[in-house]
Amino acid sequence: MKRVYVHEEWCLGCHLCEYNCAFANSGIADMVKALKNKKITPRIHVEEGGKIHYAVSCRHCEDPLCIKGCISGALTKDDEGVVTIDHNKCVGCLSCMLLCPYGCITTDENETVLKCELCMKNSCGAPACVQGCPNRAIVYEEVQE
Amino acid sequence: MKYVIIGNGPAAVSCIDGIRSIDKDGEITVISKENHPAYFRPLISYYLEGKSKAENISCRPSDFYEKNGCEVVNGEVTAIDKDSQTVTLKSGEEIAYDKLCICTGSSPFVPPMQGLDTVDKKFTFLTIDDSYAIESAITKDSRVLIIGAGLIGLKCAEGLRDRVGEVTVCDLAPRVLSSILDDECAAIVQKHLENCGIAFSLGNTADHFDGNTAHMKDGSVIDFDVLVLALGVRPNIGFFKDAGGDCGRAIIVDNSMQTSIENIYAAGDCVEQYDISFGGKRIMALLPNANIGGRTAGVNMAGGKIEFDNAVPMNSIGFWGLHMMTAGTYANDGGAEMIEEKGENSVKRFFIKDNKLIGFIIIGDVKSAGIYTNLVRNQTDLTEFDFTSLIKNPNLLPFSEKNRRKTLGGVV
Repeated sequence: MKRVYVHEEWCLGCHLCEYNCAFANSGIADMVKALKNKKITPRIHVEEGGKIHYAVSCRHCEDPLCIKGCISGALTKDDEGVVTIDHNKCVGCLSCMLLCPYGCITTDENETVLKCELCMKNSCGAPACVQGCPNRAIVYEEVQE
Repeated sequence: MKYVIIGNGPAAVSCIDGIRSIDKDGEITVISKENHPAYFRPLISYYLEGKSKAENISCRPSDFYEKNGCEVVNGEVTAIDKDSQTVTLKSGEEIAYDKLCICTGSSPFVPPMQGLDTVDKKFTFLTIDDSYAIESAITKDSRVLIIGAGLIGLKCAEGLRDRVGEVTVCDLAPRVLSSILDDECAAIVQKHLENCGIAFSLGNTADHFDGNTAHMKDGSVIDFDVLVLALGVRPNIGFFKDAGGDCGRAIIVDNSMQTSIENIYAAGDCVEQYDISFGGKRIMALLPNANIGGRTAGVNMAGGKIEFDNAVPMNSIGFWGLHMMTAGTYANDGGAEMIEEKGENSVKRFFIKDNKLIGFIIIGDVKSAGIYTNLVRNQTDLTEFDFTSLIKNPNLLPFSEKNRRKTLGGVV
């Protein structure tokens, strides 16, 4: 399946992916209205230290531990292999956060879980972090394993 | 091949997944004591709280059993004959197996208590039917007394608070969640729960009952309308023990989930298996382990060969916005070094032994804690990177670029 991959040697640490993610998932058409003066809760985040920067988002694992730990059935893998979350089922126990080895599961102020769904459920239709990455450090492609 | 699965919870349905990943045709019979498709047991308190709907608690889609060619038999197993390879149900019916998996979970433990028979509305809290029964017994004015301040008792308190008049929790232990928290962490949680409207009577429990009055050990009395008994659970293993199977406090299994009896496997809350963080066998009755163990059993029953060789206890629980997570072995009794990080209403404690993170406990700041869990499950050698840089803010920086290129960059 196609996944979002991050090439840290090209990452500038600009954090644009975080803003594009928050905007794409806001459901609001205007970027200013969506983000200005708001605390954003992106599903991708940049980690950095010294000269190193890179973005982290859901790996859509072959055998996802988050799903094994989900106590509500909210996390499932769809037919394409995308790990998706049903916010109607999530009870915010955060078992997935305890299990995800990449630390890429987060929550919003309502305490239900947010995670990258490859922009398949928002109007973007393809990962916004990839489209907006100015140095093409984040790519969306199939890698033969 | 004829597969029989006793029990119908997460371990059982994961076992079915495991079998069907290899054997598409073998007959599968599921013997279920509860008259519901497999459901997520932890949701019973969220159902009371109104966060989960009854129609949303199933572990699998409604056509799961049919699609997987499973026959579901409603009944309770009373005996196994390991020589003739049959199980006997309470009804007297006998069912033959080639491979058997025991996923019977546990039952509430209720010690004998004087006068308990005089209490009209009393419940245990382990099944969705318990939730329905409690729901029909309460009114918005009910005074609820919960005996047991463990996970089950406190989740019940959370589920009921907004639906009743008052909730009081008592426990003979001097602190809440005594099996997973120490005094200091328990005090943070108790204070939070008190602020949320739960009353406690700790180091104290009911000595005897007289109708709707609990006479407590310390001489005080608590009047109540509804009583919930949450004193702990015991694994359902009697028929396996009777068949001569090896048990400790639960059914002992190896990493392939095989029991001491040929062709019998077990998974979920009724097993004791090797905990790599602890270095011994113990019960780790938690959902991720039930799912992984169940699947492992299923694959091996169908002739595959896989192992569940990195089991550790892992728990994430929250009450009204205060979260706590634990993994591995974190009681400081095995000569581990403890590293502590404290904030306001937040504690992180890491236990390190032989240069490995063997466990942790976090109250409050649980962000990205899976990075710690991964170190525990993989028994990662901490001399290879700077663990201390992860304590405040777990991230992937201290790991090598090569490692990140592999995990994030898709380079293989």
